[in-house]
Amino acid sequence: MPAWLAQLVYLLAAALFIVGIKKLQHPATARRGNALSGLGMLLAIAVTLLNREIVSFWVIMAGCVVGAGLGLWMARSVKMTAMPQMVALLNGFGGGASLLVGAAEFLKVEMVGDALATTTNTTIQLSSLIGAVTLTGSLIAFAKLQELMSGKPITFPLQKVSNALVFLTIAALGVYQVVSPGLHDGPYYLLVGLSLALGVLLVIPIGGADMPVVISLLNSYSGLAAAMTGFVINNQVLIVAGALVGSSGIILTQIMCKAMNRSLANVLFGAFGGGGASAGSAKSAEGLTVNEVSAEDAAVRLAYARLVIIVPGYGLAVAQAQHQVRELADLIERNGGEVKYAIHPVAGRMPGHMNVLLAEANVPYDKLVEMDDINPQFERADVALVIGANDVVNPAARSDPGSPIYGMPILNVDHAKSAIVLKRSMNPGFAGIDNELFYQQKTSMLFGDAKASLSKLVTEIKAL
Amino acid sequence: MTEGIILGIVVFTLATFLGFELIQRVPPTLHTPLMSGSNAISGITIVGALVIAGGDFGWVSTYVGFAAVVLAMTNVVGGYAVTDRMLQMFRRDKESA
Repeated sequence: MPAWLAQLVYLLAAALFIVGIKKLQHPATARRGNALSGLGMLLAIAVTLLNREIVSFWVIMAGCVVGAGLGLWMARSVKMTAMPQMVALLNGFGGGASLLVGAAEFLKVEMVGDALATTTNTTIQLSSLIGAVTLTGSLIAFAKLQELMSGKPITFPLQKVSNALVFLTIAALGVYQVVSPGLHDGPYYLLVGLSLALGVLLVIPIGGADMPVVISLLNSYSGLAAAMTGFVINNQVLIVAGALVGSSGIILTQIMCKAMNRSLANVLFGAFGGGGASAGSAKSAEGLTVNEVSAEDAAVRLAYARLVIIVPGYGLAVAQAQHQVRELADLIERNGGEVKYAIHPVAGRMPGHMNVLLAEANVPYDKLVEMDDINPQFERADVALVIGANDVVNPAARSDPGSPIYGMPILNVDHAKSAIVLKRSMNPGFAGIDNELFYQQKTSMLFGDAKASLSKLVTEIKAL
Repeated sequence: MTEGIILGIVVFTLATFLGFELIQRVPPTLHTPLMSGSNAISGITIVGALVIAGGDFGWVSTYVGFAAVVLAMTNVVGGYAVTDRMLQMFRRDKESA
């Protein structure tokens, strides 16, 4: 195949990626968009296999069979609650592939005994750095999310200084490699090793609660790594695809930071969450009492409500109670009530996670309402049903400047006519902060496992 | 060679702007599939991996190339397949009954 034709097919692949993302702008066309994007990938792979430089297919076939098998197995077997881990792992794989391609380009030039153009040499150093950081950073994020390691921030004295030193050493090695004539094995391996270490060092001080930001950022890095590889092998489709993914990750990172009212710098270097010195509230809950409600009474109030807004939190997913929620919502609707779901951007463990979990339980997506759209509607709601959510409904974020979550946008559950909170116990939430919503007069607490409580509510409403 | 890099920077910059425009319009309800789907797109590194693995570079092709193809292919297939699995669950109110 002539080179110009191959270039045009790569362009077509890039165009399909763009159309694919465009179709992701609506749930009705999203699946088709993903298929088109996959078709673009298939074209890019096919045209590459016709490349004249490819002389043997054995290694390719072996690699493709192993990779495709592993990918399919992961995609089929992963639980929807484990989606953040899966995405983190795949990010890491993408970064690892970029690292290896960069390394292979370096090694093969050395093997042939050629000189490397300064520009290519520079991009090899960059793609190795970004690829390596993405690989190990993602593996740490995976380990934290999968609870293979503690979600608590790991900190040590002079952490930022030592990280900066590692980074400066990497930069110095890269510059040395590029400006001094010839290729230098030792410095290159050292650069890769230090970059791998940097990925670990950057993610360990970040708490489990902040992982949504981290995997969004790593998503962006994996795109950047792909784009850098594009510079190395001088292929535009990699640059386009990498840039698209890079900007996607950055946007999601911004959205997550805004939803938690934190700056990116604070997330990356603040060592927040999972207990420790940063937790603690200005207001103490001592001496306050909560109103406990029985499942019977809660059921009556839900059954005769005209508008119920369900506020799902990650506790709902942990209890695997999405199907019970859906059943309850069906019953309320059968009784003539209206049900909506208020989705906070950080309700799950990654952007949009709660929407996927509810979609799995067959909740139609048009009932899932974003924070800014649902907040004015709470005043009309007869009951706000909070399930396994805590910090995202804490009014202290609006009213108490001393609270660690002050300024974070929240769902206005306290504006509803009444609230029923399903909660395991009075233990404070992820950020370790007391929630004054639970002590308000119009709030009733229904204690117990979310799944069991919801089943009880369903039974009670059926018995009415 | 320098021209190639400059062209690459031009393409990268324009594609980044395009990406911002496109992705800002993706509704939050689809952010997880967006992430896994774009993740699959970043598996485009497979193109570089194939050329290494299929080339005539001795152990670099055999081992580094093989590992690169495995990682990139897992990224691509896993990413697209899991995105499709999620997207097929999204239903409107009427269809769900």
